[in-house]
Amino acid sequence: MEPVNMESMGHPEIYPLVLTTKTQEIFNCRIDEDVTDEQPYKLINKVDIFEDLRNRAAVSDFHPVKKIVQEYPGNELLLVYDKDFKYGLNFYLIGTEEGKENYLNPPEVPEEQEEYKEHIPEDVYVYKPPVSKPWVSLGSEKEIEEESVMESTKQITYMISQKRSEFGAPVKFSDQNASSVKDAYIECTAYPDKNFTLKQLEKDVSMQVIPQIKDTSTQTEWTYPKNATTQYYPREFSEEEKETLKQSKPLVDFLNNASISVEIALQQNEIMNTFIDDWKYLAEEEGTFGDKTDTHLKEYQSFTDLHSPTEKMITCVSWHPTIYGLIAVSVAVRLSFEDRVYFSGKLLLQPSLILFWSFSDPIHPQLMLESPDDIFCFKFCPSDPNIIAGGCINGQIVLWDITAHADRIENIKAGDSRSKKATLKPMFLLEPESNTEAMYIRHCAVSSIESGHKKVITDIHWLSDTFEINRMGSVFENRSGICCQLVTCSADCTICFWDIRPQKPLTPQTTEKKKEESIEIPFDVPSTFLHLDLSWKPLSKIRLSKGETSLDYCPTRISLNEDHLLYKTEDKTLTQSKIVKTGEMNPYHNLESGMANLLKPIDDFCTKFFVGTEDGEVIYTDWKMKKDSETGRLMPKKPVSIHTIHDGTVHTVQRSPFYNDIILTVGGWNMAIWKEGVMTGPLLQSCCAPKMYTSGHWSLTRPGVFYIGREDGYIDIWDLLEKTHEPAQSQNICITMITYIKPWIFSAKQQFIAIADYYGTLRILEIPWTLSRPSTNEMTSVNHYFEREVKHLEYVEQRKNIREQEKKEMELEMEKKKI
Amino acid sequence: MAEVEETLKRIQSHKGVIGTVVVNAEGIPIRTTLDNSTTVQYAGLLHQLTMKAKSTVRDIDPQNDLTFLRIRSKKHEIMVAPGNLAFHFLVKLSFCFTR
Repeated sequence: MEPVNMESMGHPEIYPLVLTTKTQEIFNCRIDEDVTDEQPYKLINKVDIFEDLRNRAAVSDFHPVKKIVQEYPGNELLLVYDKDFKYGLNFYLIGTEEGKENYLNPPEVPEEQEEYKEHIPEDVYVYKPPVSKPWVSLGSEKEIEEESVMESTKQITYMISQKRSEFGAPVKFSDQNASSVKDAYIECTAYPDKNFTLKQLEKDVSMQVIPQIKDTSTQTEWTYPKNATTQYYPREFSEEEKETLKQSKPLVDFLNNASISVEIALQQNEIMNTFIDDWKYLAEEEGTFGDKTDTHLKEYQSFTDLHSPTEKMITCVSWHPTIYGLIAVSVAVRLSFEDRVYFSGKLLLQPSLILFWSFSDPIHPQLMLESPDDIFCFKFCPSDPNIIAGGCINGQIVLWDITAHADRIENIKAGDSRSKKATLKPMFLLEPESNTEAMYIRHCAVSSIESGHKKVITDIHWLSDTFEINRMGSVFENRSGICCQLVTCSADCTICFWDIRPQKPLTPQTTEKKKEESIEIPFDVPSTFLHLDLSWKPLSKIRLSKGETSLDYCPTRISLNEDHLLYKTEDKTLTQSKIVKTGEMNPYHNLESGMANLLKPIDDFCTKFFVGTEDGEVIYTDWKMKKDSETGRLMPKKPVSIHTIHDGTVHTVQRSPFYNDIILTVGGWNMAIWKEGVMTGPLLQSCCAPKMYTSGHWSLTRPGVFYIGREDGYIDIWDLLEKTHEPAQSQNICITMITYIKPWIFSAKQQFIAIADYYGTLRILEIPWTLSRPSTNEMTSVNHYFEREVKHLEYVEQRKNIREQEKKEMELEMEKKKI
Repeated sequence: MAEVEETLKRIQSHKGVIGTVVVNAEGIPIRTTLDNSTTVQYAGLLHQLTMKAKSTVRDIDPQNDLTFLRIRSKKHEIMVAPGNLAFHFLVKLSFCFTR
């Protein structure tokens, strides 16, 4: 084993060693006794080390340096105590004589340096004056020579003298041509120096040909404006000239030639149209917005009334006809009849409301319309969206007039319109807190309790503003230009027609009555319908009786002929022009009684309408009353046709927005499509669905699409061009029964559908592109489909007759055989 | 003379033809099936246009000549057949052209 030396540290002669206490005793180099800080070394004899090595062999501490000791030239080795462990171990051995000498006698060098530092200059400075030496040129005189200015030539002096007599004499100057006198001038002519001439060898030149142009200008004499007229008549040939020309040969020849080319051209047009854009007709759609494969309804927003104490369900939904993003919802408590009676005391304290929701605020309703009891159906007046009519659960019709609050809801936009409104609207300055709260608006008028409906009003419609009805049911022209009549149907098996205009004949009595009762009306309720409040009687009542029995048909929905035109939102400009703007005289505030007495009835008006009943029947009946010959009373006509198709309450009777005579009825577990005029049965009747259908609506843009809501919260989307035996699509919307579906168009790209459910949540979903955009010729295809179905029904009828005949013949034969 | 009538009648009876006017070299109508004021208007306007078209064709290639001129508009098509002596044009309703 080679001994480890400290060569790496610059001391190859040092060999660190560990000496145990035993070894220290043997060699008398015990730490702090023999070997101290003052004398940290000890000279050890080589012989002693060898003896120790022999005695202890491998155990000896000197074993690692055995070789060094053997090679050591001297007799004594220097062992140094390494107190600071400078070389790693507590002792080190110096293996060379030089090292030993160096250690014992360190060199004298640092001492010399010290001597120099202590040296102080002791000489006094003696002044020695400078000794002049000869100047040594270093080149500076040349520079000075160059820079200095000297005269280069000798100066010439001239002395000019003059005769004394000429001093001060006037001077005379004259001109002289320089060239005439010899040597009067010296010139230095220029001459062409060949050194400075450059010959151009290449030249870039461009040329352009232009027509000859000439600029001229003229000036007209402008005197004064003058009116001038000319009259002319075209040159024409007189009749005789025409005749002569007609017979001239050139004309005949020309015509023969020309007519050929003309006929060719005409035939070309007949054959084909050369200007058809084939690409345009090849493609079906112009371009699609969004994904074509996306066919699901996307959730846009949902509204829930969080402030109501009891659980409510949504009974009716209606979009505001003009304002974007505003939707009105009527809510009713979710109790059965017995529970209602039981809790009637508690329910009286809670107001029944119609809530106005806006897209900009999903938590606070914009307006709340109060009504005496739960509303089950309501409609905006088509000619004035500030008038709302609703049907109550107790059989009353309730009217609201929100003209005063129209500004508030009109200016609602997504964002912070409320803060702006405080500065703009002076009426809100009186009630600053109403800005943040929703406004409770009391109803304007309610119908008379005694003479109106006795049970819940299930459907309410405004009659179109083009016609009006009198007590007999005859139709007259509506001169007032506004919707002023309503039709309602109720669970007490009657259909009533109402007029919102004041009725004249009974005025003397009613004024007296009013003075007696003197009902106090709150100050903020507009007096639009004051004449109707609590004294409003229906114009005419139709009872849907089942004939001799006392049971009557209980209507749930009606569909009049003109209904679908009222909500055609594509002609928004038309409806807006009809709707009265605030500021102008609102005809609803100045209602006059109708002119039905003065006008003649319109004869060929279709007075028939469809009714859906609680038992699932679809009735097609007439509202025109006839005078019963026996009693002289007005009797309603018998229904034209009655079909029992559905297994449950018919809750949707709706005309298609595209075809006036196609009606969709949904009820129970199936749905049916009818055509007005075809009395044999429905065109299409679906088979029983696994879940009950609870609401339905046609699509507003696609003729063959309609939506049906189910009791399990699914919405079925039917597409008549795709499948007629089952829905094309089914999508889950919520967990509970869907109570109302109402689609609405806002723009060509944006269509929404409002879906209301049993738990009181209103969801707004966006209809995807594929469901809102009709394909080309969709309307004609659906029309064809309906026509085919009509023919099919006729065929079935014919076959029925044939079968009847066959049956009779068979029976006759059987009888003959018997005999 | 009867030929002239016959030819004109034949052209006029084509499907979709509204009227026919025969005009001489100066633009004065000779024969027409339209009313007077319309005839005069058409004659004046179309005469100038035809002359312009003819001179254009000739300017481009002096050996070329105008054979037929068709003006198609949204509602109608006007066909002009120029000749040496007379121009002959008719107004036609083109029903099959859509834009």
